[in-house]
Amino acid sequence: MTTLLIAEHDGRSLKDATHKALTAARELGAPVHILVAGSGARGAADEAATLQGVEKVLLAEAALYDHVLAEPLADLIVSLAGSYEAVVAAATSVGKNVMPRVAALLDVMQVSDIVKVISPDTFERPIYAGNAVQTVQATDVKKVLTVRPAAFTATEAGGSAGVETVATGTDPQLSRFVSEEIIKTERPELASAKVVISGGRSLGSEENFAKYIEPVANRLGAAIGASRAAVDAGYAPNDWQVGQTGKVVAPELYIAVGISGAIQHLAGMKDSRIIVAINKNAEEPIFQVADYGIVGDLFVILPELDQELAKIGL
Amino acid sequence: MKVLVPVKRVVDSNVRIRVRPDGSGVELTNVKMSMNPFDEIAVEEAIRLKEQGKVEEILVVSIGPALAAETIRTALAMGADRGLLIKTDQTVEPLAVAKILKKVIEQENPQLVLMGKQAIDDDCNQTGQMLAALTGWAQGTFASKVTLAEGTVEVAREIDGGCQAVSLKLPAIVTVDLRLNEPRYASLPNIMKAKKKPLEEVKPEVYGVDISTRLKVLKTTEPAMRKAGIKVASAAELVAKLKQEAGVL
Repeated sequence: MTTLLIAEHDGRSLKDATHKALTAARELGAPVHILVAGSGARGAADEAATLQGVEKVLLAEAALYDHVLAEPLADLIVSLAGSYEAVVAAATSVGKNVMPRVAALLDVMQVSDIVKVISPDTFERPIYAGNAVQTVQATDVKKVLTVRPAAFTATEAGGSAGVETVATGTDPQLSRFVSEEIIKTERPELASAKVVISGGRSLGSEENFAKYIEPVANRLGAAIGASRAAVDAGYAPNDWQVGQTGKVVAPELYIAVGISGAIQHLAGMKDSRIIVAINKNAEEPIFQVADYGIVGDLFVILPELDQELAKIGL
Repeated sequence: MKVLVPVKRVVDSNVRIRVRPDGSGVELTNVKMSMNPFDEIAVEEAIRLKEQGKVEEILVVSIGPALAAETIRTALAMGADRGLLIKTDQTVEPLAVAKILKKVIEQENPQLVLMGKQAIDDDCNQTGQMLAALTGWAQGTFASKVTLAEGTVEVAREIDGGCQAVSLKLPAIVTVDLRLNEPRYASLPNIMKAKKKPLEEVKPEVYGVDISTRLKVLKTTEPAMRKAGIKVASAAELVAKLKQEAGVL
């Protein structure tokens, strides 16, 4: 049997989250086919074909899939799912939206947000904002899985699969794309950045995020994140939120600035390799998970940190 | 228009949960329970639509133990009209919940279902999408804005990297995200009034849906704990440690 991985892409290449989900898909032990859907997605399909462990790429070229609306995309996946034992996608906003729809259409109970493959039917997944980890065995014949990208490494190039065009569906005309606002940034994507610096409500304003966090982020080539409190206060956009209901990140280095460390925030970053906390209150729970902590005024420490990074040539 | 709002009784978001040492699950006895925070936002949104005159009736449904009636009463005190408790002590997985809710929809004919995007206990993020699949309705997940129009509902969705606006044909399922609204507190008079609002109780068997679980939970464990590290005195010392000791610069 075979595994079907649903790709996310920008037309030219696959998203990093898909490279990571591919690693989980390969761990199921069966050959992997990747579905690339969308008009002008040939480039992304060609890239998918070069990845290790990929046996075949399915290309569904139609504008119907360009905005990854759940209804037509789920229909497409279900039309292909018959010959697969497992259907897998990254647990991104796209995967979370479409996969449960696919699962229900197939009468399968999905396993969400897996962080470990123990066997082809047994997985680990976090519950209660990562405060507990469940080992679950899926008893449905077909498996529908979403994969937490931060828990897997990316699969590299090193294969040469064929690209096969598959039949596309018709628009069920249930939903219509209206518009999209994607925040343009030169920074790495939050979910896959090697370094993340996040600010909390103590930053005090949007201007202070720009004035104090950004220079350090620029030196480190870091993505910028925020606590829920900072987002709720309007200091940072929604999609910067790190935590249980925001992004889950696991960078090499995570710097938490003025963040107390509520369990919901820790759920989003505690698997980072190195955690640094900067906070004026030494009693905050963030220090219980930090490898390195500085107790002090962030408005003094961040400019100093900026200068120290400059000194070592960053 | 009638709106259906499914709500789940979960461990309160401020409780630090404890994993049972024998791996059998999370300790739930003598733990404060509340309405799933995302469901509270869904209830609030339904009430606001009613206050705008766009909705006539709000039906709140919960599938769970007898005490889930309290959760429904909370929603009634906030301003919902009527409750339905589908009483069971079994674990009901999202797929089975969606199947039951589909039956409720067939009986009640709501035009809109508003529900939380995920429950903060199992963190599955599935039920709304599954219900949309089973009903064949449109879905608008992770909503940060909901606007009812003629025959459609316009939904602003929080997606990775930004925001997407979609227009859904009614009837539709909308799952709500954190920043859609700030739920109100029920006033004391409204809490008293809610006690008189209708709350029907049924058994899941009346819907003829198989609710046996498809996922076997083999064990539940504590996540690997991090140890607190060291405090450093200055930015200079931090940079030195990150470079030499941690090797991340």
